[in-house]
Amino acid sequence: MLREVIYCGICSYPPEYCEFSGKLKRCKVWLSENHADLYAKLYGTDDNTQEVEAVTNKLAESSIGEAREEKLEKDLLKIQKKQENREQRELAKKLSSKVIIKREARTKRKFIVAISGLEVFDIDMKKLAKTFASRFATGCSVSKNAEKKEEVVIQGDVMDEVETYIHSLLEEKGLKDVKVETIDAKKKKKPAAEGAAK
Amino acid sequence: MFKKFTREDVHSRSKVKSSIQRTLKAKLVKQYPKIEDVIDELIPKKSQIELIKCEDKIQLYSVDGEVLFFQKFDELIPSLKLVHKFPEAYPTVQVDRGAIKFVLSGANIMCPGLTSAGADLPPAPGYEKGTIVVINAENKENALAIGELMMGTEEIKSVNKGHSIELIHHLGDPLWNFSVE
Repeated sequence: MLREVIYCGICSYPPEYCEFSGKLKRCKVWLSENHADLYAKLYGTDDNTQEVEAVTNKLAESSIGEAREEKLEKDLLKIQKKQENREQRELAKKLSSKVIIKREARTKRKFIVAISGLEVFDIDMKKLAKTFASRFATGCSVSKNAEKKEEVVIQGDVMDEVETYIHSLLEEKGLKDVKVETIDAKKKKKPAAEGAAK
Repeated sequence: MFKKFTREDVHSRSKVKSSIQRTLKAKLVKQYPKIEDVIDELIPKKSQIELIKCEDKIQLYSVDGEVLFFQKFDELIPSLKLVHKFPEAYPTVQVDRGAIKFVLSGANIMCPGLTSAGADLPPAPGYEKGTIVVINAENKENALAIGELMMGTEEIKSVNKGHSIELIHHLGDPLWNFSVE
């Protein structure tokens, strides 16, 4: 009884509304890869003649007249361009920003690791904190640092593991070139502290 | 209603008791009688409805991590995901192609968008003022928005000017992109 509606993986609309989302190009690629039959129905096959036919059909079906349809098409193109520009800017911003992993000494042998600069990448900080907590079996939380920005604070000396994890996380998002900077606040004292531990 | 809506607007989340769940289902059926055939598919007996209270006294009800309906005052309003699953149950109007762009950016619907050639209004007596309607578009299968009639459909036909539907929820608005998790 219930209908299953397919939603576009790019713009999240039902595919017939993709043309209004401003991401049409990528939507089309997604649709042809994932639901070829729907793609053929909506945009016609790759054959040029059929595409033209589809356009004329659309014009004939549409009630708002050729002139208005043309204007609409123009507006949609404009939106698309705007959206593309915005995405490019965002990507540039993401690429230019960096993640900072900082290790601070709390007492002699205890450390905390703070990760900041993640908010640009649409990463859910709370969820990340939870995964870290269960992964390293330590306390981990989200708090605000001195610059009033959110950071993930992990109890315990897990800097190297965190670094590899963050790298893999960013790679998953297709942002391999993002800089990850590690700061060791007490680098000089570290050997001494370790020596004391031994 | 959902022009601005973020995670921070969520005040509390709680699980709904099964007795209240029953009354909710009954209320939904009462409001949209046709939904009765599929209500057990939409909200299985064993499922857990979650109530999410938000800013401005908006309450969302979700099942399995998907917001199915919400209410502001007394009336239950289906979310678009629910409408797409079973579109026959709700009062529906249709707008012409030229209006889609504006509706998707959250504009109220004007009368001419409902009375032109590509649009469609139900025949008389139609719907009364204040009815929650699903807004469909010309040549499209799925609904694109949900709104409340600001005047009766007959009045829309005769006046044909100005705002006619106040938009509540549309494709791509924050509620559409809202994920419960």
